[in-house]
Order: sequence, then C-alpha cells, then structure tokens
Amino acid sequence: MRLRFLIPVATFAGIAVVMWYALFNLNPTEIPTELVSKPAPEFSLEPVPGYGTGLAKEDLATGKVVLLNVFASWCVACMAEHPFFMELKAQNTVDIYGLNYKDTPEAAAKWLERHGNPYKSTGMDLKGRVGIDFGVYGVPETFVISADGKILDKIIGPVSRAMFETRVRPFLNEVGS
Amino acid sequence: MVAEIGQFVLILALVTAFFQGTLPLVGAARGNQPMMRFASNAAFVQFAAVTGAFICLTVGYVTSDFSILNVANNSHSLKPMLYKISGVWGNHEGSLLLWSLMLAFFGFAVALFGRNLPDSLKARVLSIQGLIGVGFLMFILFTSNPFERLDPAPLDGSGLNPLLQDPGLAFHPPFLYLGYVGLSITFSFAIAALIEGKVDPAWARWVRPWTLAAWGFLTIGIALGSWWAYYELGWGGWWFWDPVENASFMPWLAATALLHSAIVVEKRDALKNWTILLAIIAFSLSLLGTFLVRSGVLNSVHAFASDPARGVFILMFLIVVVGGSLLLYGIRAPMMKGGGLFAPISREGALVLNNLLLSTATATILLGTLYPIFLDAFTGDKVSVGPPYFEATFLPLAIPLIIAMAFGPFLAWKRGDLAGVLSRLKFALLLALLLVGFIWWQQTDTPIMALVGMGLFAWLLVGSLLEWAERIKLFRGSLSSSWRRMKQLPRSAHGMTVAHIGVALVVLGVTASETWQTEHLGVMRPGEIVSVGGYDFRFDGAEAVAGPNYEAVRGTFLASTGTEKGVYLYPEQRRYTDPPMETTEAAIRPMLSADLYAVVGEADGKGGHAVRIYHKPFISWIWIGAFVMFLGGGLSLSDRRLRMGAPRRARQQAAASDLSRAKG
Repeated sequence: MRLRFLIPVATFAGIAVVMWYALFNLNPTEIPTELVSKPAPEFSLEPVPGYGTGLAKEDLATGKVVLLNVFASWCVACMAEHPFFMELKAQNTVDIYGLNYKDTPEAAAKWLERHGNPYKSTGMDLKGRVGIDFGVYGVPETFVISADGKILDKIIGPVSRAMFETRVRPFLNEVGS
Repeated sequence: MVAEIGQFVLILALVTAFFQGTLPLVGAARGNQPMMRFASNAAFVQFAAVTGAFICLTVGYVTSDFSILNVANNSHSLKPMLYKISGVWGNHEGSLLLWSLMLAFFGFAVALFGRNLPDSLKARVLSIQGLIGVGFLMFILFTSNPFERLDPAPLDGSGLNPLLQDPGLAFHPPFLYLGYVGLSITFSFAIAALIEGKVDPAWARWVRPWTLAAWGFLTIGIALGSWWAYYELGWGGWWFWDPVENASFMPWLAATALLHSAIVVEKRDALKNWTILLAIIAFSLSLLGTFLVRSGVLNSVHAFASDPARGVFILMFLIVVVGGSLLLYGIRAPMMKGGGLFAPISREGALVLNNLLLSTATATILLGTLYPIFLDAFTGDKVSVGPPYFEATFLPLAIPLIIAMAFGPFLAWKRGDLAGVLSRLKFALLLALLLVGFIWWQQTDTPIMALVGMGLFAWLLVGSLLEWAERIKLFRGSLSSSWRRMKQLPRSAHGMTVAHIGVALVVLGVTASETWQTEHLGVMRPGEIVSVGGYDFRFDGAEAVAGPNYEAVRGTFLASTGTEKGVYLYPEQRRYTDPPMETTEAAIRPMLSADLYAVVGEADGKGGHAVRIYHKPFISWIWIGAFVMFLGGGLSLSDRRLRMGAPRRARQQAAASDLSRAKG
C-alpha cells in the first residue's frame, strides 16, 4: 500500500538513468534518419566567381565518395577546419565540394583567395534555399556523399582529424576494398 | 575592479545560502528560536549579495568592459543600450545569475511578507530555498562564472546573437524565470510540509498566492516567447512544440493543476498528498527544462552553448533535488491523513478531473519531449517528435478540459447536481450550437476541429459569464443589489471568471487563425498587386537601409480593402555585421479581426523579390487571451484572503491537528 507513494521517485530514477546515459553516450547533433541514404536534394548553383564551374545535384554523383562542405566567409569555425581540408586536398584523399552559404560572391572569393581553395568546385547558396533542403542549421556542416550521390552521413561543426578518421574514412575504405 | 567585486559578493552569497540552508533546519528541528530567525536575515543578505553581483555584471555590460570574457563574447560597443542591458541575461552565465537573483528575491519576499507564518514553517521554507540557492550559486561559480577576465581585452565585443536583439526576447527570459523560480517557493513549502508532516488549509492558503504569482509570470513569459516566434521567425507560426517551448509549457500545466488542487486543500482539506506531489513536480519540471536546454542532450534552436561539465552538474543537481524530494515524499506522504470526502459529481470532483486532464497532458508532453532520447538510448534510432504527435495527444485532453471548465464552477462542494448545472448552462450550449451552425451554414466544408474549437470558445465564454452573472444575481433582482453583490464577491471569484474567459479567447485565436488563414507565397515585382484575405497588397518595391549594427532590405507594401486608404507595411530582411547573421523582421498590422503579416526576401535579380503575405484572422486573441489570463491571476492574487494569510478559524484547525498529531 505504501509502495504506491514511491512510484514518483521510481519513475524519476528511470528518467535520470537514461539522462545520464544520454549525456555521455548520445550525440543529438547527429543527422536525423530521414536524410540518410536518401539522394541529395535537387539543386543547381552558380560557382563562387573563379572557383569551379558551379554545383548541382548531378555533380555529387561522381562514382566515388566525396564530401560536401557548407562554408561561409563570415564563419569563424570554418577557419578551424580549413587547414585540414587543404591537407586533404594536397594528399588527394577525398574530393571536397564547397557549398557557400548565405555569403556574397566578393567576400567568398576573397576568403578563398586569402586562405586557399580546398574545393573541387563551389556553388553559392546566396539565400540559403538549398541549405534548407539539406537541413543545414549551422555553418560549418559537412555531408558525406556516396558514389551514386546519396547522403551517407552529416557532420555538424568543424571536421577534425579524429572525426574524419572515424566518420569519413570507413566510407572511403569500403569503396576501396 | 567591478568584476572582482561581483565575484566576491557572489561567493558571499554562496556562503550565506549555505548557512541559510542548514542552520534554520537544525533550529526548526530543535525548537531553537534564534537559529530559526536567522533564516530571514540570511535571506535578506543573500538577496542583497546576488543583487550586487547582478549590478556588477550589468555595469560591465553598460560600460562595455571587454576585459570581462562574458561581456566580450556577448556584447558590442555599437549595440543599443536596451540590448546591452538585456545582453546581461541573453547568455548562459548571465541568465543563470538572473535565475539566482530571482531565487534570492523570492526567498527575500517570503522573509518579508511571511510574518504571520508559523516560525518553524517559515524557517524550513527559507532553508529549502537557501539550499536550492546553494546549488545554483555553485553551478555559476564552478562551471559558468560570468566574471571571468579576458587578457588582453579585445577592442570590441563579438556581439549578441541578433535573433536575441529584439524587445520581445529581451523581456521573455525574466518573466519566464520569475515563473520557474516562483515555483521554487511552492516547492519549498511542499518540502517544509513533508518535514513537518502536516498539510492543512492554512498551508494551502499560504501556498496559493505564490503559485498564482508564478503561474501569472509563466503565462506572460510563454506568451512573450510565442509572440516573438510569431513575428521574428517570419513564418507566421507561433508555437512549434520545440523542446524548449515544451520545457516552459510543462511547468505551466503543472502549475495550473496545482493552482486548482490547492483550492481543494484550502476549502475541503482534501487532495493533500496530491497537491504536495504537484508542487514538487511543477518545480522539478522547471529544473528539467533548464537541464534539457543547457546540457546538450536535446538540440533546439533556442539552446545555449552546451558543455558536458555543465550537463553533469545539472543532472547531479536534478538527482539530488528531484530524486531527494520525491523520496522524501515516498516516505512521508503515507503518514498524511486525507480530509473531506466528496461525491464524484461535485466541485472537488470537477477539480480532480481538471487535475487528471492537466497532469495527463503534462505527462504526454514530457513523453514526447523525452521520447527521442529514450529511443536513441535503447535502439540508436533518431527520431524527432513533431507537432503531429503533440496535437494528436494534447487536443483530446484539452477538449474535455474546456467543456468541464464551464460547468465546474457551477457545481456545489461535496455533492453537486449535474442536471441542474446543465439546465443553467443551456443558454451557453444554445449559443455555442448557434455559432457552430452559423459557421457551418456559411461554409459547409469547415474542418470538424474548427467547428469544435469555435463551439468550445462560445461554450466557455458564455458559461463563464453565466456563472459570474448567477453569483451576483444579475437580472434576478435590482441592478443595485447586483452591484452590491458584485462588490462583495471575493476578488478570487472575479479572477477565476476573467482567467477562464482568457482561455476562451485563446481558443478563439488558435482555432480561427489555424482554420481561416490565407497566404500568398511567391515573387512580386514593384507595382504588382495580390489579393489575400480580402485585402489587396500592392508591392511598392524594396530599398537598402542601414541600421545601427545591421544593413537591411526594406520592402514596402500597401494593404487596403479598396474602400479605405489602406496601411503601409515595411518588412525587413536584416543582415547583422557582428556576428554575421540574417534575421527576418516581419511587418505585422495587428487588428482585432485579423493580422496582416508581410515578409520580404532577397531580390531575385530580375527586379522581383520573394515575399510571403499572410492574413491571419483573430490571431491577436491568442496573446490578448494570455494577457487576460494573467489579469485574472493578478485579480485573484489581490484577494484580501490571500494577502492576509490564514484567518483565525484555519489557525485553530491547524493547532487542533497539531494536537491530534501529538496525541497520535
């Protein structure tokens, strides 16, 4: 009879255990399932002046795994991942395409000129319309795209070396083997 | 210098809170008067110290002292003064300081206004309040220090998130926090009652004004938040069932339930355990909201920068406070004796129904909010629970709740007469059916939910007015006798009528704007005219304008019905420079019958602009209704009975129950 008064605390204990687990083991910024293994949304964009030939959905289906990186000249965190992308390009590890997000052509071109261009080609999403279709809600974000142009994964925030090894490298190896 | 003073007084506040949280508890257990009286003094000192710290941080913001890390990260010298000040709480550290300030303020208010509280109860309430303060102050000092220095100091700050640079959002957090933190007082009362092992009508009478105040602030806070979302996010939506919105809505629902169950404790000495549990749950949900927003467990557009160390601290705190209080409840609650009995059809019965529906609604929203975490934890699947779930679960609970709201107040205590009440409400039923019939006659394909909503609106509005009219015997006697009765009616009775009418107005606003909204989305060229909701919108082009710290594209629309001159609307698309970010400033012409809502987008390069135009019937009534609810709460709060505390009879009862407990 008395036990029913302990139901609230028992319920809370259950919630607390899951919270504890969630705090250490879950990452809410991972991509929601809806986009995974779906083809990239339909789009076609002009390039940042002087940097590539533009970007469209068809360009992403290249027969190998590529990255689509959302960047902007006003984005500070983009600076953090930029040197690593330059390194990836120098080593020819993976092709990276740049989706320039809510920027101006002049600022974007100047930024790439000053810091170097890691991208195979770029596209300017001036209004962020394409970003909405991709579910972008912050810059930088990086999509891993399969050989046939499907979205394999999404990395939110700057891509670090460790993150690249755990979340991108497996896809690259899979295709290679 | 100012940062060091702030730091110092904050530590002083922590030390004071620690003693406030311990000594009076010991004193109350031993019957030691000086130790109990220490609680009030400590509450004064703690409030003064936290106020000092808050002033120090504000000075840092006002003088743009960028050697303070927090100021450098969140302010900018070009920012308008209003937003320099609101920047104080527009970030994680500062908002916690504001939270602590309010916590200390409520403790101070109990110390000040609680003169007629029994010594031991007052000491215990203030002690619990002090312990909560210890938790928050430690959180601030160890994980989120707002006074951290930055060396070298930058030349200018990196600005405030432009989305927060808005009057609606500047005042949304303080109200919300007043609500959240106000519930800490009810929580402290509940814990003190569990320790004392006694809940009586006098206790309920002390608790009710605090619940009312917290509820009123929460109502305003939530309304401001949804109003902000409505005009700032630019899609015309006003409620998204986002985790952060749910985090504020759940305590509101629990507080609403508490408000009503406390009436039963006060009038009938029943539902005691339940009321205590609700008080604990209401505050726990406030804390849970804080945890969810700041720990990074859930992702949301509103989330502050998250940090695992903070998440761990908040979770530990949550476990101690919520787990501890629920455990105390599990041990002590069985010893409390229930009071008056009542038939299912009675005022008490109606209030129990209210509580069942409200707490079920709270539980379903909690489930929907936590479900993604649980699913992720157990299966690794990622889902987001969106509006469809919440609408499908919340509406079926809201409908019977609103139906019951009209007849509940008619029922007598102990045993009511349902048939009699229904016959007295026949006029409300008739008007509701007439309104539904009229709407259906006008438009036979009206969605069924719209008819239900409009019917409920009329039913609740007329039903509440009928109940009020009956109380003052309007049209049953002379007008002067009705006037006299109206003046004699307790303010809490007026307050109830007003608050219930507020709910009816919200129902009207939600139903009408969801059902009869019309819109035009597309590209418009200067001179082009589109017709939306009976208005002709002429687009007069867009031009570039410069603000203090942004550049904007400002569109001009002329909206008219053809018969009058019309009104101009100037929506903007702003691009802030520091930090770079775009915001949409919708232009809204609010009217009682409908809102005209226009948004301008960027140029398409061919002379046109992407625009969105909405005509939203009656949508203003959502916020008018919320404000009316708040007024109702305020009216009820001004009731003499609540201001004066317990009358003598209740005290005697309390003394008697003390005696019986001593004997037992």
